[in-house]
Amino acid sequence: MSFVLQGRARVVGDDINTDYIIASTRKRDTLDEQVLKQYLLETVDPAFAASVRPGDFLVGGMNFGCGSAMEIAATVILAAGIKAVVARSFSRTFFRNAVNNGLLPIECDSSAIAEGDRLTITMGDEGITVDNRSRGVTLAAHALPPMMAGILAAGGLVEYVRRGAWR
Amino acid sequence: MTTPKTISEKILSTKSGADARAGDIVVCSVDLVIGTDASGPMSIDYFERMGGNAVFDPSRIVFSLDHYSPPSTPKTAAFHARVRAFTQRYGIELFDVGEGISHQVVPERGRALPGSLIVGADSHTVTCGALNLFATGVGSSDLAAAMITGRIWLRVPETIKVTLNGRRAAGLSAKDIALAMVAELGAEGANYRTLEFHGPGVAELTLDDRFVLSNLAVESGAKAAIFPADDAIESYLAERSASFGTAVRSDAGATFDREITIAIDALTPRVAIPHSPNDVVALEQVIGTPVDMIFLGTCTGGRVVDFHDALAVLEANGGRVADGVQLVVTPASREVYLRLIDDGTLAKLARMGAIVTTPGCGACCGTSGAIPGDNKTVLSTANRNFKARMGNATARIYLASPAACAAAAATGRITDPRSVVV
Repeated sequence: MSFVLQGRARVVGDDINTDYIIASTRKRDTLDEQVLKQYLLETVDPAFAASVRPGDFLVGGMNFGCGSAMEIAATVILAAGIKAVVARSFSRTFFRNAVNNGLLPIECDSSAIAEGDRLTITMGDEGITVDNRSRGVTLAAHALPPMMAGILAAGGLVEYVRRGAWR
Repeated sequence: MTTPKTISEKILSTKSGADARAGDIVVCSVDLVIGTDASGPMSIDYFERMGGNAVFDPSRIVFSLDHYSPPSTPKTAAFHARVRAFTQRYGIELFDVGEGISHQVVPERGRALPGSLIVGADSHTVTCGALNLFATGVGSSDLAAAMITGRIWLRVPETIKVTLNGRRAAGLSAKDIALAMVAELGAEGANYRTLEFHGPGVAELTLDDRFVLSNLAVESGAKAAIFPADDAIESYLAERSASFGTAVRSDAGATFDREITIAIDALTPRVAIPHSPNDVVALEQVIGTPVDMIFLGTCTGGRVVDFHDALAVLEANGGRVADGVQLVVTPASREVYLRLIDDGTLAKLARMGAIVTTPGCGACCGTSGAIPGDNKTVLSTANRNFKARMGNATARIYLASPAACAAAAATGRITDPRSVVV
């Protein structure tokens, strides 16, 4: 699979847990991501959700998506129009949930990306790269394991299972 | 001669039929699939979107209504109705409201056996690793796929060997050991990895103690946290299951990614300070911190021994809850609840002023039960103290052992439980 995505970096810190991405108390009231997206990352910054524009990328540090395995953390990010999360590292449950829903988890050294930087994410035969156009730096990202690349190429786990998956 | 394997490599080899080695990706058959009321509604959505019209084996799936127990809003009641309808339709066992937290009820019912592979749509599914098995948390979509296919793909994790040495001093609990462990490992020190427990200290830990260590392991990102099989597991299962499963031990010479040693005898009480379970200090560094709310419960600190520890400290400290302090008591399961009723523990705690709530996740993640007020300080036996975790972003949550929580309940301040003669 290959694609090119362009967008603006929205930088958050290390150890962004899924409760910070969307609070458990919010998902108690609804599972509608179109409603929940207005509370995206509210614990980190109450003004964040309103400032997100479709096409933005989330850029985290270490251990993005740690804590609860709640999948809605990945789907709320997608609902906000964010198609990729770039981070130095990801919690395993968030990484799976992202791929299963077609949200791209891009693992690379994110330390040289600043708020508002213009990024181009390219996935192709040569792997995944993150081009920071604002700084003139191109970062190599880790390749996805083949199983995950297959799920992503299918459009997510729903379609992957519908096609017969590993049965 | 085959290359030595870790417990994870052995279990995942058996479950996949492949020669599973750390780093490999294998497709495994699952022995038990666990859903909850928090992850369940989304799982049912995925199940339907995947075209699911049958489950692979209803006897290998359970659902637990534990996060909204009892439901406090029409919406959460509707989540429960949806999960109940799904389980009825497919003949799946349901632990209804009041039965307790899945991580406690599954072992209690003898559903977690050595050598097995369990996936649950909840990060604290790792708790069951105390019973010498591979249990790991997944999201709702993976859970749905596992319900349909009976299988899950897993990357075989590297293993960190955790050697436990020494005997616990009086006043020190498994929670103190667990907090010291996740502090040493850091917030992602065990990410993608299994913790395998070794050493003479293991035999000193009861199964309830081991649940606490396996449970907290996920706060360092652990994929699984597995204890060896021994007599403690055998006696735990004797009254709960007709089968013992298959004990699994790692081979001599198995490859460990990293090794850490915890000297239990040298440990002192620990406290995780706001807002991370990995931000752990010696309790004496925060002695005297005023507290407003004490929470005794959860899949970390809601077992019978935890309430016994707490009661003993309270009784030795005047037998009452300090003025202005709210003490919330939430047994992890109905079995725990009934035992605490039968032995008089709950009556004593209630007379001291405790609020006793429905077995389940309770106040842990702000989904049911008491929510702390603005700017209040909470000391809790839970596993997570992220900002807003309990439903109020202005609250400050500290995590400690049941004994330390009880000492603070008695005095209104963080207090060394060892200073209370029990």
